[in-house]
Amino acid sequence: MTSPATQARLWYAQRISAMVLAVCVAVHLAVIVYATRRGLTGADILARTRGSAGFATFYAIFVVACAVHVPIGLRTVAQEWLRWRNGALDAACAAFALVVLVIGWRAVWAVTVG
Amino acid sequence: MNESGRNGTTANSRSIGSLGMTNSVRNRSLAAPGMTTGRHPAWWAFVVHRVSGLALAAFLPLHFLALSTVLGGASALDGFLRFAEQPPVRVAEWALVVLLSLHLAGGVRLLLIEFGPWRGLRNGWIAGGAGVGALVGFVYALALIR
Repeated sequence: MTSPATQARLWYAQRISAMVLAVCVAVHLAVIVYATRRGLTGADILARTRGSAGFATFYAIFVVACAVHVPIGLRTVAQEWLRWRNGALDAACAAFALVVLVIGWRAVWAVTVG
Repeated sequence: MNESGRNGTTANSRSIGSLGMTNSVRNRSLAAPGMTTGRHPAWWAFVVHRVSGLALAAFLPLHFLALSTVLGGASALDGFLRFAEQPPVRVAEWALVVLLSLHLAGGVRLLLIEFGPWRGLRNGWIAGGAGVGALVGFVYALALIR
C-alpha cells in the first residue's frame, strides 16, 4: 500500500505535469492543424524540425510531462476500476513511465536530430 | 484529497480528487453503474476525461514509435504519412485530436477547480470544454478536407 506521503507526491506530480501539458497540448494542437493544412511531406516536416533547438526542447519537455502524467493517471484507473492496489501496480506504472520517456525522447531525437 | 472517492458521504460542494466532482455525486455515480437517469454533467465530464485519457495513453507509445520511423529517412516518414491518409486512419486521427482537446479542456477545468478560488462543479465550464472539443474537431476536419 502506498504511503500517504507518496500519494500526496503523486497527486502533486499529476497536477504539475497537467499544468505543463495544458500548454504543450495547446501548442501541439496548433502544430497539428498547421501541418495538416499545409499538407506537409516528410521532407517538409523534417526541414522545419531538424536542427531546431526550440522544437527539440519543447517536445523533450512535452515527453517528460507525458511520462509523469500518463502512468499516474493509469495507476488511478487501475486502482479504481480494477481494484489493483499492490506493489506490482507501482512497478508496472514506473516501467511504463520509463518506456514512455525512452521512446518519446527517441522520437524527438529522430525528428530533430536524426 | 480522496483519490479513491469511496469514503465521502456528505453533500459537499467542494471538489475532490481528480474528478472535480462532489463526494455525493461521485459516490452515486460509481456506486450505481447501472443507473441511467439523473446523472450530473460532472459525471459525464468524468467519463469523457477518463475514456479520452485511456485512449490517449494507448495511442501515445504508437505515436512515438511511428515518429521514430523517420530514423530510416524522410521516405520512411512519407510511407507513414501515406498510410495516415487512408480514410479510416484519418477518421481515427480526427477522433484522437478531438479526444485530446476534450482531455485538455477537462483537465484545465479540474486544475481551475482544485487550484483556483472557485467552488462547485462549474457546469458552465463543462459546456465550455465540450465547445472546445467541438471547435477543435471542426477546425481539424476543415484542415483534413482542405
